[in-house]
Amino acid sequence: MNNQFLKKASISKWLLDNVIYVFLILLLIGIVIASPDFLSITNFINILSQSSSRIIIALGMAGILITAGTDLSAGRMVGLAAVISASLLQATDYAYRMYPHLPHLPLFVPILVAMAATGMIGVINGIIVSKLNVPPFIATLGMMITVYGLTSIYFDRPPYGAAPIGGLNKSFITFAQRGIPIGQYEVPYLVIYAILATILIWIIWNKTQLGKNMYAIGGNPEAAKVSGVNVAKNIIIIYLIAGLLYGFSGTLEAGRVGSATNNTGNMYELDAIAACVVGGVSLSGGIGTVSGVITGVLIFQIINYGLAFLGISPYIQFIVKGAIIVIAVAFDMRKHAKKR
Amino acid sequence: MSGSSTTHLLEMIDITKRFPGVVALQNVSLKVKPGTVHALMGENGAGKSTLMKCLFGIYAMDEGKILLNGQEVQFVNSKQALENGVSMVHQELNQVRQQNVMDNLWLGRYPRKGIFIDEKKMYEDTVAIFKSLDININPRSKVSTLSVSEMQMVEIAKAVSYNSKLIVMDEPTSSLTETEVNHLFKIIRKLQSENVAIIYISHKMEEILKISDEVTIMRDGQYIATKSASGLTTDEIIKLMVGRDLSQRFPTKNNKPGELILKVSNLTAETQPSFIDINFELKKGEILGIAGLVGSKRTEVVEALFGVRAIKSGTLELNGKEIQNHSPQHAIKNGFALVTEERRSTGIYPELSISFNSIIANLRQYKTKGVFLSDKKVFNDTKWVIDSMKVKTPSQKTTIGSLSGGNQQKVIIGRWLLTRPDIFLLDEPTRGIDVGAKFEIYQLINQLAAEGKGIIMISSEMPELLGVTDRILVMSNGRAAGIVETEKTSQEEIMRLAAM
Repeated sequence: MNNQFLKKASISKWLLDNVIYVFLILLLIGIVIASPDFLSITNFINILSQSSSRIIIALGMAGILITAGTDLSAGRMVGLAAVISASLLQATDYAYRMYPHLPHLPLFVPILVAMAATGMIGVINGIIVSKLNVPPFIATLGMMITVYGLTSIYFDRPPYGAAPIGGLNKSFITFAQRGIPIGQYEVPYLVIYAILATILIWIIWNKTQLGKNMYAIGGNPEAAKVSGVNVAKNIIIIYLIAGLLYGFSGTLEAGRVGSATNNTGNMYELDAIAACVVGGVSLSGGIGTVSGVITGVLIFQIINYGLAFLGISPYIQFIVKGAIIVIAVAFDMRKHAKKR
Repeated sequence: MSGSSTTHLLEMIDITKRFPGVVALQNVSLKVKPGTVHALMGENGAGKSTLMKCLFGIYAMDEGKILLNGQEVQFVNSKQALENGVSMVHQELNQVRQQNVMDNLWLGRYPRKGIFIDEKKMYEDTVAIFKSLDININPRSKVSTLSVSEMQMVEIAKAVSYNSKLIVMDEPTSSLTETEVNHLFKIIRKLQSENVAIIYISHKMEEILKISDEVTIMRDGQYIATKSASGLTTDEIIKLMVGRDLSQRFPTKNNKPGELILKVSNLTAETQPSFIDINFELKKGEILGIAGLVGSKRTEVVEALFGVRAIKSGTLELNGKEIQNHSPQHAIKNGFALVTEERRSTGIYPELSISFNSIIANLRQYKTKGVFLSDKKVFNDTKWVIDSMKVKTPSQKTTIGSLSGGNQQKVIIGRWLLTRPDIFLLDEPTRGIDVGAKFEIYQLINQLAAEGKGIIMISSEMPELLGVTDRILVMSNGRAAGIVETEKTSQEEIMRLAAM
């Protein structure tokens, strides 16, 4: 009797602790029941492929959230990186090139230039937050607006003005749109980049001093300080890593879409924050896992793709997504709530 | 270097610390021998914590010097002290609750293998330290799942891992059970055998006499005596700790307790450890004090009366009728008012005006024009608070944060008076207030009682309880150790009950 009770309690605790994974599985089962055709490798690959650049952004964002920060400038950094990389990777025979005399650059150069730009912005964010003690919301709100201005100046200028930067060269298109053929399918490179980023971030969070410090700073900044952790330095590095990830993701966005404008990446930061909180990252800091973040992103992409597959109105998708954000966090609060 | 200093591990000599308007420490000395437990005793406010804060560089002392192993030192932060073998196990444990035990233990100095953390070494080192101290905690458990006692063990292990030669323990047993206290003492003995010295801050006489070798006693920021524990008795310690002039610090009382207003029976908190089985009665016009040490759960009792804390069992009877205060809204409706202990965090809205701070608990009263608040009523009530409480302020619009602590407290009492309460709960109403303002607060409390209100007042200052109250409920470890008549009791009796 007693034993049974214990078992029940531990099952419900397990469910509460793993609620997002359970939800992900239920969601998949639900869609499959509604439409058995959904269960195909092509659909699976499509969802992963659409999730890839979102995962990379969300991983950067999650690190910042775990330090009890936030980053509203993420989406605009994605846009900046997209515009920079696209402008440097237009095919040499394309008529409307931003730099008509630019030679064909090896792929990695523009990617590194774009990542350097967003990495630098990340460092500035980190300095403003940790050295000037500006609340992260305000610091990155200011940065979001500033970066949009910078991107627009870079983007909207003669000879072609505010026209989308297109005509990307073949190596860039291959880099973002193709994949490794396995049998009759093709595993997109995008998915492989996302997996690599995931492994890298997992190692940083779990196996390095930086990762431990990140959790400590978000969990109890006083304790971290008293133990001799250089809080400012660690925060700056976390914002730097986020900037680099946004930058990389921005180049992928440009390549995936085939063009870039100053509005590429607009509002991506809110999608990333939503995915993180649904994945169990605490906005008050100190809590979050890589697997949770990935699951959070996947849930949103499966809702996007799955509901569209079922032919449900995209407007209803918004309602579902909005509700999920609130419900997920309500569950999370229950998990961490303490009775007085 | 004089010959005697070599026999001491730590010497704090003639330490003086002044705050604006107050001398917190005056020529205080503390000398600790290696491998001994040195108890530091004194009433709340005697200056024990200030002295320790000077040691750890949290406060800069104005005069005096600190010698460690005969060498003069002056730490600028806890980290530096830690690296020099001086550490502190805090009352509020400074840990990252979301992380595991060993992450906390090695925070700021993780063992590494290249760029990676050497988890294996971290685990093994943690296990080794735990083993040497007989601590039985899984290094991989999350800190948030540990009991307070276990967290404390982790803090002690952390101090040991820094090879500390001196560990300060501030009220280490305040939330421990008896078994846990015995375990702590075993660990202390073990540390002692390895020549580690302990500065042990506590109010609990029996514990002190049991564990310590020497006792240093402070009173009102002054050094009183250092004695060998073996020759001391509880009574002697109490006499050294108290014994000050009580006359003229309190206004003459003119309240007359009348008929019964509140009856509390078998009150027990829902989340334990907390208060258990509390019974008392309060009369109209009576001032009931609540005494007790840190951790005796006094605040929790008044919070439960006010509906902030959930109760498992017990009843409240107001004027003979049973009532339930499930939330502060219920409590206010039933005529209760609570002035909280932490004025800065739960009392005032520091950036807002005196007017706002006066009326905030009573907004419904001002809604005369539909949804709008009547400016005139707000003005009149604020004026009433300022006049009747004698708040010293240039205007109603002044931000409350710019007033002195005493004036802030008067505004808060005024705020609650506007709700016309019958029962006033005051939690440490004179904390952080200078002597003159304290007198005015005492007068106010007297006056409220004379008007027939029932007053419950928690205080850590013994003379204040003796000077202001009619009866005193003494709490010890969550239980009511006794209720005494103020006129017939003494500080010694209260202390004895509180340390039970």
